[in-house]
Amino acid sequence: MLLVVEQFLNGLQFGLLLFLLAAGLTLVFGIMDLVNLAHGSLYMMGAYFAATFVAWTGNFLLGALLALGATLVLGIVLEVVALRHLYGRDHLDHVLATFGLILFFNEAVRLIWGPAGLALPLPPWLTVPVPILPGVYYPAYRLAIIVVALLVALLLYLGVMRTRIGMLIRAGASNREMIGALGINIKLLYTLVFGLGAALAGLAGLMQAPILTVQIGMGENILILAFVIIVIGGIGSIRGAFLAAIFVGMIDTLGRAFLPNLLRQILSSTAASTAAPALSSMLIYLLMAIVLVVRPEGLFPASRR
Amino acid sequence: MKTLGVSKVVTALVLAGLVLLPLYSQLSGNIFILTLFTRIVILALAAASLNLIMGYGGMMSFGHAAYLGIGGYAVGILAQEGVGSGFVQFPVALAASATYALVIGALSLRTRGVYFIMITLAFAQMAYYVASGLARYGGDDGLTVYKRSDFSGLVNLSSRVQFYYLCLACLFGVIFLIWRIVNSRFGLVVQGLRSNEQRMQAIGFPAKRYQLVCFVIAGTMCGLAGALLANNTDFVSPAVMYWTRSGDLMVMVILGGMGTLFGPVMGAVVYLLLEEFLSQITEYWALIMGPLLLLIVLFGRGGIMGLLGRAGRG
Repeated sequence: MLLVVEQFLNGLQFGLLLFLLAAGLTLVFGIMDLVNLAHGSLYMMGAYFAATFVAWTGNFLLGALLALGATLVLGIVLEVVALRHLYGRDHLDHVLATFGLILFFNEAVRLIWGPAGLALPLPPWLTVPVPILPGVYYPAYRLAIIVVALLVALLLYLGVMRTRIGMLIRAGASNREMIGALGINIKLLYTLVFGLGAALAGLAGLMQAPILTVQIGMGENILILAFVIIVIGGIGSIRGAFLAAIFVGMIDTLGRAFLPNLLRQILSSTAASTAAPALSSMLIYLLMAIVLVVRPEGLFPASRR
Repeated sequence: MKTLGVSKVVTALVLAGLVLLPLYSQLSGNIFILTLFTRIVILALAAASLNLIMGYGGMMSFGHAAYLGIGGYAVGILAQEGVGSGFVQFPVALAASATYALVIGALSLRTRGVYFIMITLAFAQMAYYVASGLARYGGDDGLTVYKRSDFSGLVNLSSRVQFYYLCLACLFGVIFLIWRIVNSRFGLVVQGLRSNEQRMQAIGFPAKRYQLVCFVIAGTMCGLAGALLANNTDFVSPAVMYWTRSGDLMVMVILGGMGTLFGPVMGAVVYLLLEEFLSQITEYWALIMGPLLLLIVLFGRGGIMGLLGRAGRG
């Protein structure tokens, strides 16, 4: 029972983290129609920046804030220098160009920080176990991730659905010429949206950094997960991304935790122990395949398309 | 006809270079270049097969590297189980790739656009994880192929030159086949579906069936490349199926020129030579390669073949 609660929270935490990544991706993808494979690189940069700035300042929160700002600036520079020239081009051009950016970022990181991974130590006040139920303790840092991500999700929802900027963003998604004709500086708007997406990726990266090692290529695996999420949720739908991210995070975590035992009930234990790791890694891809076969537009397609 | 001159001449020169390469390697004593080009020719074959569905069929498959792995594992697993004959290994590799393509294609073709890109990617990732889970065949670490496919006297795959020519013959054979397909009634229907699926359907063509057949043909061809690749490296691992490998193949096709017969060959030659050349200058070659790809996308529309075509006209 204790294990179930713990794994459930782990799944929630992982799902929320994935949401931060997927939300940035779906903003960029759904609104600017830009397939940005380098989104995972921004996640990686967020983690590297955090490891560096925390070491410099000696303060976890300050370092994290600086890293967030750095990723935001990096995203804006990236948009202005390279990606803004790709709007309206074929999706394949996006794939090729941003694939090039992945190569670039991985190599730049190797050059600057070296090939070995970094560790981002947590301050003592974030490592204490917190009682969540009588007798059930959960690491404070993971709880903090859950809280921060939920807060960001709420802000993002309110920002996109309730503010004027959000209205313009949504309008830009359905008809970019029209909103340009209304006298809105669409170029600036796009740059800001991309920067926001980059910052979200950076936030996901820097929050995940203390749990995993900070290493080259860490963005690639998780990027695919983010794409899986926005495809399951429906491209361009923040709500879809949120629900799909929680769903995927849960399935992935619970699958890894409980599938081996479950398989042992029906298979011989050797067969189960060989099949379980592969099957649990496959689960979400299996889920995505099933969703796409049944609902080719995703579970919660954005209503405008 | 003068307008097409430059790209035709360059293509002919590259192809002639590929044919004469072993001669150069023998005369100069540079064995490494033959090894390098064997790999280039094999990946050019894979890129050409991807171009059939991507360039001509408009099906943006982001999981094409899966066939490299399936073809490779067919050879590796059979060799491990004591079946060394190429006459068994290669047909099994082709059949396995074809079957995989049939299942994946039937499911994926229900979607379109970005969703199609993503679902093909998802299936390739599944293949990657299945291979990683094959504890009996090396799992994550991959599987060493201790003995190359045995074609009992017909060709000797252990001879570098013979193996190179086998790969080159396969490449030319596949390109010839693609040329025949593209210019056949079947190929014209598939290309028609790329430009306007609804219209083709309205005329009465069963769109999905045509696309599926094309998808399976391309997958089978790439399975051949996979079987050759396993023989070339004497090794096969899940890593050949990882999504960045599919990205590499896409880059080769786009770099060379999508929807052109020899574009993928050019793309593979240029991409892999560039990788080799840059890695000799600096350890951090990708630092140059990455922005280079970006520049090619921004300024070199239509890839190398497009550039050559424009040079011919200008």
